[in-house]
Amino acid sequence: MTASPTLGKDLTGLEHMTPEQIRLILDTAEPFKEVSERPIKKVPALRGKTIVNLFFEASTRTRISFEFAEKRLSADTVNVAASGSSVSKGETLVDTARNLEAMRIDMVVIRHPSSGAAEFLGNRIDSNVINAGDGKHEHPTQALLDLLTIRDKHGKIEGLKVCLVGDVLHSRVARSNLWGLTKLGAEVAVCGPWTLMPRGIEDLGVKVFGRIEEAIEWADVLNVLRLQLERMEKGFIPSLREYYRVFGVTPERLERSPRAITIMHPGPMNRGVEIDSRVADGPHSIILDQVTNGVAVRMAVLYLLAGGRAELADAAKRGGGE
Amino acid sequence: MRTETRTQILDARAMSRALQRMAVEIVELAHGTDDLVLIGIQRRGVELAERIAKLIEKEEGATAAIPRGALDITLYRDDLETVGPKPVIGETHIPGDLTDKHAVIVDDVLYTGRTVRAALDELADFGRPKRISLCVLVDRGGRELPIQADIVGKAVKTVPGERVDVQVEELDGRDQVDLIR
Repeated sequence: MTASPTLGKDLTGLEHMTPEQIRLILDTAEPFKEVSERPIKKVPALRGKTIVNLFFEASTRTRISFEFAEKRLSADTVNVAASGSSVSKGETLVDTARNLEAMRIDMVVIRHPSSGAAEFLGNRIDSNVINAGDGKHEHPTQALLDLLTIRDKHGKIEGLKVCLVGDVLHSRVARSNLWGLTKLGAEVAVCGPWTLMPRGIEDLGVKVFGRIEEAIEWADVLNVLRLQLERMEKGFIPSLREYYRVFGVTPERLERSPRAITIMHPGPMNRGVEIDSRVADGPHSIILDQVTNGVAVRMAVLYLLAGGRAELADAAKRGGGE
Repeated sequence: MRTETRTQILDARAMSRALQRMAVEIVELAHGTDDLVLIGIQRRGVELAERIAKLIEKEEGATAAIPRGALDITLYRDDLETVGPKPVIGETHIPGDLTDKHAVIVDDVLYTGRTVRAALDELADFGRPKRISLCVLVDRGGRELPIQADIVGKAVKTVPGERVDVQVEELDGRDQVDLIR
């Protein structure tokens, strides 16, 4: 019997994961979709586990999605926001986490403005750590839900042409997507103003388009990233209106494509800046499917990280059917 | 290396006869087919439930369409800590509300009873059946919980360490049950 892949203790990013591990999460997410459609949307898999959602940055969608995932698995959850907690009194990240561990928790879901915060924490505490976004580094569960949604829509990922549009430079969503998509065999491109393209990205085998028209000509899927408004203040782009005029994903531009292009966005959207409302709400948009799949993917990650020791499993398996 | 010996318990013809008899017994137990729902436990229970449903439909005529479902109990197990590396979870599909139905759980092997315990918990989240029965192809003894089957295809005495290997045409290319020791 071939050993099935495992995830290890933490999920900090997709960069160091194998394609098999990524596929394991996507395949495990499939049956969790159905749990959210049941009359009683809850299974007892994580009964007795305590999970802390430690959010040092504002988040609505991701935090709620994680919380639903945890509750639908019957875990007990606590939310800690940076403001109004001891963090605002100057406590360090590790001290905060160690204090939580002293109260006997099992898992930490962390969002933090510093790149590498999740891994840093994972190396210092015994609980499982899940990265819910760390600085400009990674946002692995977002990329996993993107991958799942692409696979649902197209039936595969390998060979698909996926273009990330917008602020790739500052985007942890883009970074995680790049790792995940390339590992699963998609062709990946990026498109946006050159001020927002990371240097040397071509070395990863990624195409770079300077014009949105070229990207639309090429792609099967456009993943339109959120343009963070503070980028304008910092001089990366001249104005929002100009950004929309040059890079906005509009129905007029999409009409010129020979294919029906699948439209994705990690949210929250700036309608009329990076994406036109008619595109966001159009027939090829799978933006809300991404949100639905987010809960299933996070359930899969929580489930796979919680428990599961290989040596005990082998012993249990030898007993045969039950 | 440990050598395994395989003893056949049921061949294809014996298995077919057992399923035929189980189908008849299910209809008797449920006093007909009106409220009957067959629920197969992933994976081989699902195939067996499908077979039994077809046999009942054949026997009872075109009027009887037996609703069938599939149940994966992985998320209701009491041993999450010890099961890892996680097997991929199968599909769960319940045909409609189970309230006031006679649900018959179908599985390939009954051993400790823990799978059935989990299945009972899970079914309770899909409604309140008026009755739940248990139908298994092989009862190998060794119960760890107060659970018994209502209908058994074949009972065999086994000891811990032995394994009952059920193969079905749909998944394994042939119908056969072996005892591996």
